[in-house]
Amino acid sequence: MDNIAGSKSSLTWAVHISVIALVVLWLLPTLGLFVSSFRTVEQISASGWWKAMVASEQNITMRAADPDDFRVAQGDLFVVDGNLFEEAGISGADISVWGTSSRSISAYTAGDTADLGDGETITVQADGSYVWSGNDEQMSGRGQRVFVTATTPPEFTLDNYRNMLFDPSNSEGMAKAFFNTLTVTIPATIIPILVAAFAAYALAWMEFPGRALLIAAIVGLLVVPLQLALIPLLKLHNDIGIGKGYLGVWLAHTGFGMPLAIYLLRNYMVGLPRDIIENAKVDGATDFQIFTKIILPLSFPALASFAIFQFLWTWNDLLVAKVFLIDATGQTTVMTNHIVELLGTRGGNWEILATAAFVSIAVPLLVFFAMQRYLVRGLLAGSVK
Amino acid sequence: MHPAIQGILTIVIGVGACVGYFYFANQFLDKVLFPAKGPNAGRNINRANQIRPWIFLFPALFVLFLYLGYPVVETLRLSLTERVPGGGYDFVGFENYAQMASEPKFWEAMRNNMFWLIVVPAMSTAFGLLAAQLTDRIKWGNVAKSIIFMPMAISFVGASVIWKLVYDGRPIEQEQIGILNAIIVALGGDPVTFLTIPFWNNFFLMIVLVWVQTGFAMVILSAALRGIPEETVEAAIIDGASPWQIFFKIKVPQIMPTVVVVWTTITLVVLKVFDIVFAMTNGQWETQVLANYMFDKLFRANDWGVGSASAMVIMLLVTPILIWNIRSARKEMR
Repeated sequence: MDNIAGSKSSLTWAVHISVIALVVLWLLPTLGLFVSSFRTVEQISASGWWKAMVASEQNITMRAADPDDFRVAQGDLFVVDGNLFEEAGISGADISVWGTSSRSISAYTAGDTADLGDGETITVQADGSYVWSGNDEQMSGRGQRVFVTATTPPEFTLDNYRNMLFDPSNSEGMAKAFFNTLTVTIPATIIPILVAAFAAYALAWMEFPGRALLIAAIVGLLVVPLQLALIPLLKLHNDIGIGKGYLGVWLAHTGFGMPLAIYLLRNYMVGLPRDIIENAKVDGATDFQIFTKIILPLSFPALASFAIFQFLWTWNDLLVAKVFLIDATGQTTVMTNHIVELLGTRGGNWEILATAAFVSIAVPLLVFFAMQRYLVRGLLAGSVK
Repeated sequence: MHPAIQGILTIVIGVGACVGYFYFANQFLDKVLFPAKGPNAGRNINRANQIRPWIFLFPALFVLFLYLGYPVVETLRLSLTERVPGGGYDFVGFENYAQMASEPKFWEAMRNNMFWLIVVPAMSTAFGLLAAQLTDRIKWGNVAKSIIFMPMAISFVGASVIWKLVYDGRPIEQEQIGILNAIIVALGGDPVTFLTIPFWNNFFLMIVLVWVQTGFAMVILSAALRGIPEETVEAAIIDGASPWQIFFKIKVPQIMPTVVVVWTTITLVVLKVFDIVFAMTNGQWETQVLANYMFDKLFRANDWGVGSASAMVIMLLVTPILIWNIRSARKEMR
């Protein structure tokens, strides 16, 4: 309605600014975790994630190379030269001030020469290169300690992901939970679709007594909290010998997803043109043929909508997996459960938590952005009006 | 057997069984039970068509009954009984409910749930309406919508981790890594441990759910706003209405039915909210809610009677929405 609302330019600016504020509010929390998952333990605890983008000033304690191995005789003195950053594995850093004792870490600026007494000296340049010289006795033992204040460029690492996903020796790794989640999700998404599609067709296009009542019952079941189903079904699963396991969780997800599936698909199928179906009937097609050859292909958007819903719901589910799948051995843990456990045992290790959370969030986000259209359409059709 | 192979096998068997069931049941009906030939061909076709809907419906109805219908009745029964050591159940009347009512934790959960029920739907709907109205007026609105909608794809557990980092607080001597505390400290305040301040921590948990649900409200309300007939807005402009008046007096009343739908849908989510509380505080520091209370009773205290009773309380709270939904669905069908 922007074409007729006669919006004033001052108001347009206000709208732009408010939307930017909303977007920033909604994006920041996720962005924080995302950035943190690419930082090292030290970086995360040393500074907030928002400082990761810009060069940061850090106090680093380093040591010159071991004089016993690296010293070179020059006249009657011995000299060790090298680069502090290369030896510490830091690249691109820039020293502003430095010192040789922890009490005055900014005693010298880059390029200065520090007198360590009795002719022993050390010179440190901005890029970390140093020359340290002294007599035989001074140039032995451990390397000279240097305290520097350096500006380090933004640095990101993939180590967290390598550690959480591809390190088989890491007992807290996400690889197993990832595959378990996948194993739960795919059958639990595919099977209800087929069962629900047939029922939805019957409710949409077949005449029989009690149809309206059944539809009302399904609308009612849409809102039944699944909390009610936990104990009776766990009992049932134990009684018929399924116990806790994949079969149980697949069945449970199929049951809990069924009302929404039937409701969404029926609403869509009812809107398909009556002519096509009646023509096919006149031509002698059976209901089974009409369903498989006409209705199913035409209902693809609705099937896709439901598939996305069910996928997101089963992938993100914690409660159903905890009740019907995860047993005492913990071999069948899923990602959501694994993350909750990490929250308990590794509450402060954000590099682990952030990475674990992002591994589990990444797949739904991909699905979300790739199929947003169907998701929106499903939402619009699925909310009872 | 490896679970992945088991999974593939299940898909094949499940899909195969479904297709096979529907195909052969139809064949059986048409060829064996009521063949469309012979002296009774006409009558047979009619009979077959009377039975066919039930063939199509049977698997779905069976699953619905077993996984949603039967548990409602069974939970009601369990809530009135008590497990006897060694197996079996004793009828105890309302003793479980009485025991539950005597527990302060239950009333804490009830109180918190009431706040959740008011705050989360109200804030999500308000933010959703705001976002819908604003993003519809600008060119890059779709990008903004995508971003506000995005948390819908994130699990409650993932959202809990995300917000735990936002709320993170450390002693004042250390560098703050939670953005809220960093702002507080930068403004000269003392760091706050958001999740352990009784009462107010409930609202910090609610913000997580508002953050997730606003996108849903926005998408539905934005579609409703676009459906408003332009003439009504034009007429208001000609009559000299201000943008505020147009929004609150012309647009909002016309989308009221949709607002109600959004509100009730989010209410349902709130009543079942479990993951957020379980992952962030686990009901400590007075943040208990009904769904988590029930989980505690079922799987920690192993008290199925009281657990079922609290599940029935959730069901009771859902019932008005259930009835209202059925009524409006029936009205629509007529």
